[in-house]
Amino acid sequence: MSAETGPATVRPTRLSRHLPGGLRPGPGAAPEQVQGEGAERAERGEAGGLSHLDQDRGHIMANFLLSFLALLLGGLYGPLQALDKMGINLYPYLPGVYGSYYLGLTLHGVGLALLFTFTFIIGFLSFAIVHGLRRPLASRRLGWAAFLTPLAGTILALVPLLRNDATVLWTFYAPLRAHPGFYAGLVLAVTGTYLAALNGYLTWRAWKREHPDQRTPLMAFASLTTWTMWVLASLGLAYALVMYLLPWSLDEQAEINQLLTRSLFWFTGHPVVYFWLMPVYVSWYTMLPAQVGGRLFSESLARLVFLLFLPLSIPTGLHHMFSDPGITHQAKLVHTVITFGVVFPSLLTAFTVVASLEDGARRSGGKGWVRWILALPWFTNPSVAGQLLAMLLFAGGGITGLINASYTMNLVVHNSLWVAGHLHFQVGTASTLTFMAVAYWLVPLLARRKLWRPRLALVQVWLWFLGMAVMGRGMHWMGLAGAPRRTFLSMARYADFETWWTAGLLTGLGGLVLAVSGAMFLWIMAATLLRSERAAEVPEVPEARPLLPVKHMPRVLDRLTPWVVVTVILTAIAWLPTLVQVARNNPLVPGWRLW
Amino acid sequence: MDIDRLERFWIMISIAVLAALMLAIVYSVRGFGVEVPTDVGQVDPRTARETEPFNQPGVRQVGPGHYEVVMLAEAWRFEPSEVRVPAGSTVTFRLTSLDVIHGFRIPNTNVNLMVQPGQVVEATHRFNEPGTYHLFCHEYCGAGHHIMDGMLIVER
Repeated sequence: MSAETGPATVRPTRLSRHLPGGLRPGPGAAPEQVQGEGAERAERGEAGGLSHLDQDRGHIMANFLLSFLALLLGGLYGPLQALDKMGINLYPYLPGVYGSYYLGLTLHGVGLALLFTFTFIIGFLSFAIVHGLRRPLASRRLGWAAFLTPLAGTILALVPLLRNDATVLWTFYAPLRAHPGFYAGLVLAVTGTYLAALNGYLTWRAWKREHPDQRTPLMAFASLTTWTMWVLASLGLAYALVMYLLPWSLDEQAEINQLLTRSLFWFTGHPVVYFWLMPVYVSWYTMLPAQVGGRLFSESLARLVFLLFLPLSIPTGLHHMFSDPGITHQAKLVHTVITFGVVFPSLLTAFTVVASLEDGARRSGGKGWVRWILALPWFTNPSVAGQLLAMLLFAGGGITGLINASYTMNLVVHNSLWVAGHLHFQVGTASTLTFMAVAYWLVPLLARRKLWRPRLALVQVWLWFLGMAVMGRGMHWMGLAGAPRRTFLSMARYADFETWWTAGLLTGLGGLVLAVSGAMFLWIMAATLLRSERAAEVPEVPEARPLLPVKHMPRVLDRLTPWVVVTVILTAIAWLPTLVQVARNNPLVPGWRLW
Repeated sequence: MDIDRLERFWIMISIAVLAALMLAIVYSVRGFGVEVPTDVGQVDPRTARETEPFNQPGVRQVGPGHYEVVMLAEAWRFEPSEVRVPAGSTVTFRLTSLDVIHGFRIPNTNVNLMVQPGQVVEATHRFNEPGTYHLFCHEYCGAGHHIMDGMLIVER
């Protein structure tokens, strides 16, 4: 760190007194910050440049473009759904089957919750592994396959979906039976994630051969932990699709065990939330601190957080099925306890990430117990602002999530619009707004162009935050007042729009703001790729260094195998009795097309 | 592993908060007697109409101040769709589905159920306030999902 030239009187807070040299504020940090990572990298004796990205730039960008397409398609119906919550029905103005509320809702859920997230995450984690390890992926072909497979899956699923042959929503509960192309498309989308994960592991293995006795850099290790969590967690969904839903839709099986496929869906359906979230944490832990000129508070605890998601993510899914018959109290309670356990790594995150941000804020002049927060670039840097705003709503969504998981209290909110509000804070903001904010530095970097109109990007992230805060408030409120989720409310007799008026207004207006913000994001991305000027110099990738030197780190924090073993055992204890009981007891039933 | 002193403090707070919330759940079960559905038996949806108790959907008194409501759910209606009970009575709802997954919700009560083909589901609630309670399906069950509703009338 360069000489301290900051204000002479700096009142140290408890935190800064406590940390050796860590949180000294003042312009002392400024020169280092201007030179950014290049100087730090030079310090470590590493060569600059981004040549290690050359091989994989193409398929990473291709996945980002596919994710933006999914964002567009999935987002189209969003404002109509929001207006429906204030009793305004615009569906009669749409042609043919596109006037179906539930077709639109299926497109919204499948497009955003599954296709947008999967393809963006494939691209982002591939990037984080390549940059973390400073080496190209093990296989370029596998990299392209991890784009072409989800692309084929998207097309295969969209054709029946847009022909109204798969109007089963993104949860596709049997015995509603969709066109086989829909299930096959989802199989391919999941396969795409497996191919990207496989490429990650092969790359890691090659790196370890090249660097014996070295600790895997955090950016790559966190990404590989994310892949491992997902590969294990997605087995339920994959099994349900391949063994039951697909053969049944092809008439290979006449009947289906709907409670078994539903349970297998939720085996994956809760941990998929962490598959949306852990890439966000990759950015918040390993990139964002560097973007604000700070350092990662504790690398050991960062690793522990990622690793804890392995055993704790999967044995939680029954908290989505508290209101289900055929599943015992005991099993539901076991999942409740573990669900509260999986909150723990996110509480650790609240400390570590905020402390890392505080380090950055103090190094650029922030002072005081709370005032340092204002020293963060809320109104200057769209990529940082987007992620900070995403954190704010994520905190709210975390609290509503605890309510959802609270066994008995769930009866008040289950399948109400409250749950949809919660989901929009989590995947709709914590993940989506962070992905947008990451795209603001990563897409220009990969395309070797400058971001088109950063001020507009700043307005965009703020609009997303405000729109979602307002809409989410409305949805939570309406849900408590008795509005069910995933329902064409403007045509429902029991819809009480007089009582719901204010909440519905917030939902509708928030939804319109989000539509504007989403369109702005896609426009900025398109203009960056097509109209913006070429970047003159090679940009830096933000990569956070640890604040404290890592003196001693247990080897188990740099390995995945022991954690996988624990995960398998815990998952078997929490899930096997229920799955076996449901597979044996629940009667088989025929399929239905009711749309 | 090096854990900072403040962070250790935060870890203890986190664990304490989560433990307190768990205790609150235990209290809601033991203290208030709130129950979530559990496994109460299976019924084949194709023969449910001929099977006890679903061969006689409707209301019947099962004890002093205690009524049982047997309902069938199918696309897109409940049978019966209107139920009357006297104020102050305890009502046990017993449902199954004849086709796809449906929901069963009476707002402002703890009655919130998934109604599935092949499974019997139960909930009990005491209705003290006279009035008309809307009930409706809260799980997507096809094009007419939003018209699947009914009434519970609590009479003086």
